[in-house]
Amino acid sequence: MNKYYLGVDLGSTTSKAVIINEQDEIIGRGITNTRSNYSVAADIARDEAIYNARFSILQKNIQKEIEFSPEFKKYITDLESVFQYEQFKVRLDRLGEELVKTCNTMFVDEDKRKTMLGHLINIRKAFKPVIKRDYLYNNLGSKNQFFRDIVSEKYNEEVNKLEMSLFEPLMTVWDKSISPAENERVQFNFKELIHKAMDELKDKYKNLPDASAEDTSINFDAEMNLLKGKFDHVSDSLRKHIDEIADLEFNIANMTGTGYGRALLPFPEDCIRSEILCHAFGAHAVFPETRTVLDIGGQDTKAIQVDKYGLVTSFQMNDRCAAGCGRYLGYIADEMSISINELGPMAMESEKEVVICSTCTVFAGAELRELTNLGEKRADILGGLHKAIIMRAMSLIARSGGVFNEFTFTGGVARNPAVIKYLAQLVKENYGDNIKINIHTDSIFMGALGGAMFARRNIAVELPSAKKNKEVA
Amino acid sequence: MADHKDAIKENSMIIQKEMLAKQFKDLSMATELGKKVVYTFVPGNLTELILSFDMLPVYPEINALQSGMRKKSAEYIRDAEKIGFSEDVCTYVKCDIGMMLNGNIGPTGEKIPPPDLLLLSYTGCFTFLKWFENLERLYPGVPVAMLHTPYQEDGIMTEDQINYMVKQLKEEVIPKMEQVSGQKYDHERLAKMMENSAKAEDLLVKILESAKNVPSPIDAYFAGVYYIGPIFTAFRGTQDAVDYYTELWNEVQERMRLGLGPVTPEGEIKEEKFRLVVEGPPNWTNFREFWKIFYDMGAVIVASSYTKVGGVYDLGFRHDPKEPLESLSKYCMGVYTNMNLPQRVDMLEKYVKDYKADGFLINSIKSCNSFSAGQLMIMREIEQRASVPVGFIESDLVDPRYFSYANIKNRLESYFQMLEQRKIILKQEETTV
Repeated sequence: MNKYYLGVDLGSTTSKAVIINEQDEIIGRGITNTRSNYSVAADIARDEAIYNARFSILQKNIQKEIEFSPEFKKYITDLESVFQYEQFKVRLDRLGEELVKTCNTMFVDEDKRKTMLGHLINIRKAFKPVIKRDYLYNNLGSKNQFFRDIVSEKYNEEVNKLEMSLFEPLMTVWDKSISPAENERVQFNFKELIHKAMDELKDKYKNLPDASAEDTSINFDAEMNLLKGKFDHVSDSLRKHIDEIADLEFNIANMTGTGYGRALLPFPEDCIRSEILCHAFGAHAVFPETRTVLDIGGQDTKAIQVDKYGLVTSFQMNDRCAAGCGRYLGYIADEMSISINELGPMAMESEKEVVICSTCTVFAGAELRELTNLGEKRADILGGLHKAIIMRAMSLIARSGGVFNEFTFTGGVARNPAVIKYLAQLVKENYGDNIKINIHTDSIFMGALGGAMFARRNIAVELPSAKKNKEVA
Repeated sequence: MADHKDAIKENSMIIQKEMLAKQFKDLSMATELGKKVVYTFVPGNLTELILSFDMLPVYPEINALQSGMRKKSAEYIRDAEKIGFSEDVCTYVKCDIGMMLNGNIGPTGEKIPPPDLLLLSYTGCFTFLKWFENLERLYPGVPVAMLHTPYQEDGIMTEDQINYMVKQLKEEVIPKMEQVSGQKYDHERLAKMMENSAKAEDLLVKILESAKNVPSPIDAYFAGVYYIGPIFTAFRGTQDAVDYYTELWNEVQERMRLGLGPVTPEGEIKEEKFRLVVEGPPNWTNFREFWKIFYDMGAVIVASSYTKVGGVYDLGFRHDPKEPLESLSKYCMGVYTNMNLPQRVDMLEKYVKDYKADGFLINSIKSCNSFSAGQLMIMREIEQRASVPVGFIESDLVDPRYFSYANIKNRLESYFQMLEQRKIILKQEETTV
């Protein structure tokens, strides 16, 4: 039987899980927002990674067919999206129950309660098909894809359409309901759910108009037309393979937990490891010539030096203040009322970076308002903010010893194009043109990947926090 | 000094407690005993000279660290900030001033008498000047004796520098001490005390160097500042100090004979997993917690720089009865805080090698410019020269606001794992090659 290895990285903002095979290849990724309940977050990320792994294995199993018939691949990617939607629906129903429950306890007056319930039903009716469409036609794009974010955006939109007096009570109902709904691990039956998804996908293609590049109602996709014509054939020939991966017993041979919340993971003590080592190990495994790693996560920035074995020789972390980390960007996005994923692209339009003096997140928010009032362009302010983040990181890098050989950038913030732009600029300015900068598409998963790789190598390291957990247990 | 009821103690620790209790008792009764009180600093202290005039020394930074351990420092610092001290000022200073504002009650609960003489032996730390300017205002009219110790900028002590120091001792310090104490300077008595100093110094060096053993019988940082070092400053030159270090040396020898690890408040370390050299002062407000992170992981500090602030005897210096004033001068110039950065790097590199350390760690102090300056350079030099993994953590002396347990623990855990992994992988490499 094939052996798989799991790495879970419980960060301050997101929790990541990665599954690798015996060749160190990533076959499953899962990510969720870190909640008040760490172990639920870890479970959800892991479940997601296992589902994703089943889809990867499916692709691997029919590798030959895919080479000759691209519609097979299209079917699988579509199926995975619909599968995610099916999971989403279950969670949405769960949220619906919570909303009704909150409504019933919050409003004693029966008329009022009925009105509110009516609004809630309307809100749900309004956004459910929109979300379904987003999932089925891959319209979620670069937007944040966590349950809470997707639903909250739509809920907000709908509430804002209603009269002002309803805003506060409806938002209170939301605030009280979202956490319990989100902080619960929903166990899915993979086989059942994937069959549902197959049916849903069949409906989608049956009702699909012939799409063309001129049609703006759905994302034009040439493969979609290709699949439409052969849908039944593809579906029938894949069914056997799909059932096979659904029945596959998933053997996680070993696992490693890392990240900010690692001490709270319900893992055996020798399976818990510092995220500094994991990020370095992951980055080094993917880019073996790496000697310097920069990781910018939700609340930590780490500058790490590694040797030829991927072992950390020294590291520096931000202390006392987390300005310049992922949460900083989150705060700025909130201040500007835009989504965090829009920040980078907007900053890329900057023509001149406005100097942001503040090293404090809260003050930077105030500075941003002040600069806006002075007539500075949004893009230029954001350019300055992104540059400031990298300037802080550069100071940590200098403290850790500088940049050597290849330089690898990891963490959630490494997905932001403006951050990458200023990083490249400043690394070259400070350390010359010869430094190769690596940014992997899986940069946010690098800690979990390193963890999984440690798990495969089974290198035990003892930790006091883990020891404590054991005593408690 | 980590005065917890449940702490496990060695005989030497009990003796130390008694000695310190007597010291503070004497201080509280200074008037009745007819003794004059001298406030002065630990680095480059003139303890023998003070004692030779039958005066009692008070060390404000020791009081501050004691206040930190007794959880009093937050309140003292707050009171100092209330009267205008900035957030960035050395917290030893603010804690000390705050203690004086609150009635100057010492660690034993007894009042510390006001100074009869402020002996500003200025060695390496610029803040000392400002500190005593403030004390001068708090105690108006108290005479101040200034001893300016030339910094070892070029890494050497010249004849001119020694002469300059001796001249200051003769023309500034001794006359003021004579005037305050009402006693004449007694050269013979000072020389006699220096014999005791040298004896205690020999013993101290043996104790510190016992950490070269694997496993080390002592922790040269936490235990170093807690019970191995402090007696040295206040009692150097006395027979009591010689007796104390004789007892301690016997204990250490016994530990070595039995192959025992260092004593911690929770008993001895069972397995020495990592040997570290540490640079920088410890945190005092969370001393036990801080230490525990280390001993829980089997990390033993085999050498440290902070224990050399009171003198670098292991590099060969001894007080010399044949030339007491000259040797006091050399002593002051030679302490760790008065050494230039290349000298510090040389010393720390030697420690890493001689003590067979697995790693080098810096505890950087938020409010101490004196120690923080050059630390990153030191770290990089040691990393390159000694080829050991280096670590960097941040806390403060006695301001509890700057001790973030979660952050420090997270960094230390990562650091220890770094060391452990290195051991495992390098071993694998060795066996496969």
